[in-house]
Amino acid sequence: MLRYVLRRLLTAIPTLFLIVTLSFFLLRVAPGGPFSQERGLSPEVRANLERVYQLDAPLWRQYLSYLGNLLHGDFGPSYNLPDFTVADLFRVGLPVSVQLGASALVLALILGSILGIVAALRQNRGVDYAVVALATAGSTIPTFVIAPLYQLVFALTLAWVPVAGWGGGALVNKIGPALTLALPQIAIVARLMRGAMIEALRANHIRTARALGLGSWSVVVKHALRGALLPIISYAGPAAAALLTGSVVVETVFAIPGVGRYFVDAALNRDYTLVMGTVVVIAVFVIMFNLIVDLLYALVDPRVRYD
Amino acid sequence: MTELVLSRPVKGRSLWIDAWRRLTANRAAVVSVVYLLLMGVACLVGPLLTGHHYTTIYTDYVRVPPSLTAYPKPDQISGMLDELIRRMRVDLVAWNDQDDRISLTIRSSRPIDPRVVRYFDRSSSFADPKVETTSPDGLTLTLSTAVAKHYFLFGTDNTGRDLLTRTLIAGRVSLAIGLLAGLTAVVIGVIYGATAGYLGGRIDDIMMRIVDVLYSLPFIFLVIMLVVFFGRNFVLMFIAVGAVQWLDMARIVRGQALSIRRQEYVQAALALGVSPLGILWRHVVPNTLGPVAVYMTLLVPQVILLESFLSYLGLGVQEPLTSWGVLIAQGAKNIPSATWLLIFPSIFLTSTLFALNFLGDGLRDALDPKDR
Amino acid sequence: MSRFRSLLIATLLLGTAALPAAAESIYNRGNSADPESLDPHKTSTVYEAHILRDVFEGLVMQNATSDLIPGVAESWTVSPDGKTYTFKLRPDAVWSNGDPVTAEDFVYSFRRLEDPATGAEYASMLYVIKNGEEVNTGKAKPEELGIRAVDAKTFEVTLKSPTPYFLEMLTHQAAYPVNKASIEKFGADWIKPGNLVSNGAFTLTEFIPNDHIKLVKNPKFHAAGEVKLDVVNYIPTEDRSTAIKRYEAGELDSNDDLPTEQLADLKKKFGDQVKLGPYLGTYYYAIKTDKAPWNNPKLRRAISLIIDRDFLAEKVWQNSMLPAYSMVPPGIDGYTPAEADYAKTSQFDREDEAKKILTDLGYGPGKPLKLEIRYNTSENHKNTAVAIQEQLKPFGIEVSLINTDTKTHYGHLEQKGDYDYARGGWIADYKDPESFLGISRKASGNNYSNFDNAGFETLMDEAAAAGADPAARMKKLAEAEKVLVDELGNMPLLYYSYHEIVSPKLKGWEPNVMAVHPSRFISK
Repeated sequence: MLRYVLRRLLTAIPTLFLIVTLSFFLLRVAPGGPFSQERGLSPEVRANLERVYQLDAPLWRQYLSYLGNLLHGDFGPSYNLPDFTVADLFRVGLPVSVQLGASALVLALILGSILGIVAALRQNRGVDYAVVALATAGSTIPTFVIAPLYQLVFALTLAWVPVAGWGGGALVNKIGPALTLALPQIAIVARLMRGAMIEALRANHIRTARALGLGSWSVVVKHALRGALLPIISYAGPAAAALLTGSVVVETVFAIPGVGRYFVDAALNRDYTLVMGTVVVIAVFVIMFNLIVDLLYALVDPRVRYD
Repeated sequence: MTELVLSRPVKGRSLWIDAWRRLTANRAAVVSVVYLLLMGVACLVGPLLTGHHYTTIYTDYVRVPPSLTAYPKPDQISGMLDELIRRMRVDLVAWNDQDDRISLTIRSSRPIDPRVVRYFDRSSSFADPKVETTSPDGLTLTLSTAVAKHYFLFGTDNTGRDLLTRTLIAGRVSLAIGLLAGLTAVVIGVIYGATAGYLGGRIDDIMMRIVDVLYSLPFIFLVIMLVVFFGRNFVLMFIAVGAVQWLDMARIVRGQALSIRRQEYVQAALALGVSPLGILWRHVVPNTLGPVAVYMTLLVPQVILLESFLSYLGLGVQEPLTSWGVLIAQGAKNIPSATWLLIFPSIFLTSTLFALNFLGDGLRDALDPKDR
Repeated sequence: MSRFRSLLIATLLLGTAALPAAAESIYNRGNSADPESLDPHKTSTVYEAHILRDVFEGLVMQNATSDLIPGVAESWTVSPDGKTYTFKLRPDAVWSNGDPVTAEDFVYSFRRLEDPATGAEYASMLYVIKNGEEVNTGKAKPEELGIRAVDAKTFEVTLKSPTPYFLEMLTHQAAYPVNKASIEKFGADWIKPGNLVSNGAFTLTEFIPNDHIKLVKNPKFHAAGEVKLDVVNYIPTEDRSTAIKRYEAGELDSNDDLPTEQLADLKKKFGDQVKLGPYLGTYYYAIKTDKAPWNNPKLRRAISLIIDRDFLAEKVWQNSMLPAYSMVPPGIDGYTPAEADYAKTSQFDREDEAKKILTDLGYGPGKPLKLEIRYNTSENHKNTAVAIQEQLKPFGIEVSLINTDTKTHYGHLEQKGDYDYARGGWIADYKDPESFLGISRKASGNNYSNFDNAGFETLMDEAAAAGADPAARMKKLAEAEKVLVDELGNMPLLYYSYHEIVSPKLKGWEPNVMAVHPSRFISK
C-alpha cells in the first residue's frame, strides 16, 4: 500500500507541473495587468513598477524563475498586497477556510444522513416529499441569496448572532457561514443516503432477516450505512477539496478572512503570484483527497485492490 | 451474424419504451416536464404579451413595487405634475382631472415656449398633450393631457424597466445558456469518453490523465479566465463553460465504453471487419445515452446556477440582455428594501431548477432502475 | 430568550481578540477595502489614505474639515519666487520608538519615494520637486533631488517651478515620512505590526487581511493629549449590503460607503445618520477623440447634449451623485468651474440642437450612428450605461454596451485599445483644479481620450507659468477647462458625492469635500 501511495504521489508531480504551466500562460495572455486601475500610471512609473516586480523580463524567463522559486517552496510576494507574501496570505487564511469548510462538511454529513434515512423510512409519504423538497431547495437557491437572508433573520431581526465578521473564530460567528456552506451539501448527502437506505430495505437478506423476526431497525440502518458509504466517500472527496479551500460568496458576505475570495479576487485583480498560489493549493487539495478517496475505497470494499 | 448486429436496436427500443413507461408513471417527473414546457413557452411568448419592451425605461417609475392596478396611482399624479413643472421651470396655477384628461394652467415670468408640451410626451405617465389656450402675453398657458396607464405586475427595476418582461427575457437567456452549455459538455464528453474507452491502452491512459489535470485546476479560475476572454459574447462564453463541464461526462462514458468493448457482440462485429468508428457510433454511443440523458438534465441546473454565481461576481451576460442570475444577484443587493427584485426572479429560477432536478431523478429511475 | 442572547453575546466577546476591556474608547470603522499596502510609498487608494493618515504624520496634515494644518512642520516659509519651501519641524515630533523626527527623515523618505527601485505609484505626483522626474526615471541620482536638511529641524524643498498646490500635495500619504532605521532592519517586513515605527496619532498593532486592522493610541504623539480614542479598528466592508447590516447591529460605528441603490430607503430609516454631500470627484466618459467619427467635436457635443444628467443623478444614482457639466467639481476655494454652455438650458433645447447637429452631419435612418460604451463591472455603472443607451435610442443612435472586469477595462484603455466611449472616474488627490485638468493633457497616462488640443495645452502651460499669482493661475485654468469642456476632451456626467453612514455616538465627524476624517479628531 505504501508503494501505491508513493507511486500516486509521484504521478502527481507531472500533473502539478502541467497545471502550473497552463495557468501561468493562461493568466499572462489575459488582458490587463496587476497595475491597470482607474487612476492610470504614467509610463515612467509603470516602467519602474514592472522592473521592481520583474515583469519586464521576457515571459519565458519569468516562467522559469517562477518555477525555480516554486521548487524552493517560494510562491513570491502578492502583487496587489505587497505587504504579504502569497505564503503569508495562505498561512493566515487557510486555517479559517479549513475550519469553516470542515464544520460545513461534518454538518452536511450528519444532517444529510439523518434526513436521508428519515425520508427512506417514510418513502413516498409526506415526510419523504418534504425532505426531498427541502434538499432540492437547498441546492437550487444561490448562496448569495441565502446568506443575506440569514443575516436579516438571525442577526438583525432575532439578534441571536452577529451579522458578519470572524470574531477571532468565535462559535456564533461561524454558525451562519458554516450553515450556508453546508446547505447545498446537505441536499446531496440526503439524496445519497435516501437511495442507499431504500435499497437496503429492499435487499433480500434484510427482508429475509426481518421476515424471520431477526432484523431490527438498527440492522437496516447499519446495512444502509454500509451501502451508502461508497457513494458518500466518492462524493465527499471532491466536496472536501472544494469546501476546505473556502467559498468566495460566503467569505465576502460574512466578511470572513479566508482564502476562498482569493480564488476570484486574485484572478480579477491579475495578481499573478496569488493566482498561481491558489491554483497550486487547489490542485494539491484535489490530488490529496482523490488519493484519500481511493485508499478509503479499499478499506471499505475489500474487492477494490491497488493496481 | 449480421442478425446479431441488427438485433441490438430492436432490443434498445424496447428498453426505451420501458423507460418511457416508467417515466410517465412518475408523477413528479411528469409534472416537471409539463412545468418546464410551460416555462419555456412563457419565456418565449410572454415578453410579447406584457405590453412592455425589456429595454424600455419608464423614467417616472424607477423601482416601483409590483401592483395589480395600473400606474400612475391617483395620488401620484399630483407629485408627477409637480416634478414636470419644476423641470419646465414654470409655475403651476391650477390643475384638474376630468374625463381621463388632465387640464392644467401654467404661468411664467417669461413667455412660455410651447415646446414645453414635450415634457409630457417624454414623461411615461402622460400622453397626447395639447396646448389648449395661450394668453395674449404668452405668459400663461393652458394644457391638457391624457394619463398613460401602465401595468407593472412584478414592479420595475433600478432603472425603471418592467420586471415581468425582464424576468421572462432572463428566462430565455438562462434556459438557453443551460441547454447550450449542457449540450456542449455532453457532445465533448461523449466523444472524448467513448474514444478513450474504446481505444483503451496507452491512448486511454493519456486521455484520462489530461482529464485528471483539468480536474485539479480550480474551476472558478478557469471560468473567470474564459469570461475575461469571451466576455463580449455570451454564446461563446457558455460554449466555453460547457467545454469545462465535460469532464464528468467523459468519465462516465469512458466507463461504459470500456465495458461495452468487452461485450461479445462488439468483438464479433470487430471480427467481421466493422470499422472502429462504426462500432463507436453503432454500439458505444447509443448505449451511453441513458446515463447521458440523466447527466444532462442534472447538468443544466448546475450551469444555470453557475451562471448566477458569475452574475453575482458581475461577470454575467451583457446589458440590456439579462438572465435570472443577473436579476437575482441584483435583487440580493437590494434587500431588505426592494424585495420584489429578488422574490420574482428567485421563484422562476428555483422552480425551474426544482423541475429539472425532479425530471433528472425521474429519468434516472426510468432508465436504470437498479442504479441509484 | 434574552438569557440565550446574552450568552451568545458573552461568547462573542470572549472569542473576539479585537475587543479589549470595556473602559477603552473603541471606534469600529468600516472601510470599503483593505489597504493594498501600509507602506506610504506603495499605496494609492483612499482606503489606504484613511488608515495612513492615522498612523503617520506628514509635514502638513488635514484637519476634520480637510483644511490644511501644520503636521510635523510647525511653520514654513516660501521664497519670493515661489520655488523654495523651508519647513521648520516641531521640536516634539518623535517616532513611536522615541527617536526624534528629523529633516534627515524627510530627505530619506522623499528620496525613497522617487527612487525607481521603490516602484512608488505616486512618485509622479512629486515630479514638481526639482529633479523629481529625473531621479524617478533613473536620469539623476536620488541625492540630486531638490531637497535638503538644513539642520536637524529644518527641511528645504526646491521646486521645478512655482506650484501653488504643493502644500496641498504634501497632505497626500506619499509625502509622509518613513523610518529609515526600521526599514534597514526589517526590509520588506518593516510595515508588519510590531515592526512598524511611525509618527502619527496611532500605532499599528494588528493586521489580519480581510478581517481587521487594529490601531492603538500613540502616547508619544505630540498632540496625544487631544486624541480621545484608545483604539481604532479598521474593518474592511467589501460587501456594502452586509456593511449596512453590521452598522445597524452596532458592529460598526461608521462606514464610508452605502448601497446607493437603497439610498432613499436608508435615508428614511437612518435619518441624518446618512451623510451625503459634495465630494471632489468626477464621473465621466472618455471619448476616443482621435478616431472617426468621434474626432468631430460637434458630434461629441450632440451626444453630450442628449444625455439627461438629471435622470442619471436623481433616479439611477438616487441623488448620491450630482449632474455635472464641468470636469472640475465645485468646492475648490478660489476656482469657479467652467461649465458647458448648455448647463443652464432646458433638456429639449439641448435635444433640438443635438438633432440639428446629427442631421447636419448626415446621420439619420439611412445612416445610423453606432456607439459602443465600455464600462467596468459595477451595478451603478451598468445602470448608468443602460440609461444612456435608452436616452440615445430615440435619436437613431445604436448603442452597444461592453462590460468587462476592472483590470480588463483599464488595461484596454491604458494600451490605447479601440473603443468609442469608456467610463472613467477621477477623485482629487489634492484640492486643486490641476488634479482634474491634468488628466486630459496630451502626455498624461490618464488621457484615455487621446485628447490633443493645442489651445488647451497652451493655457495649461500658461497657468503653470502663472504659478506665483494664484488668482491669475486660476483664471487660466478656468479658460483651459472651458476649452476642454467645449471640445469635449472628456464628457463629464456626474459629480461624486460622499455617502457615508455615521453613528450619532461619534463626535467630531465633520462633512468635507475630500471625505477626510482623521480619527485623531473623532471621539466616541
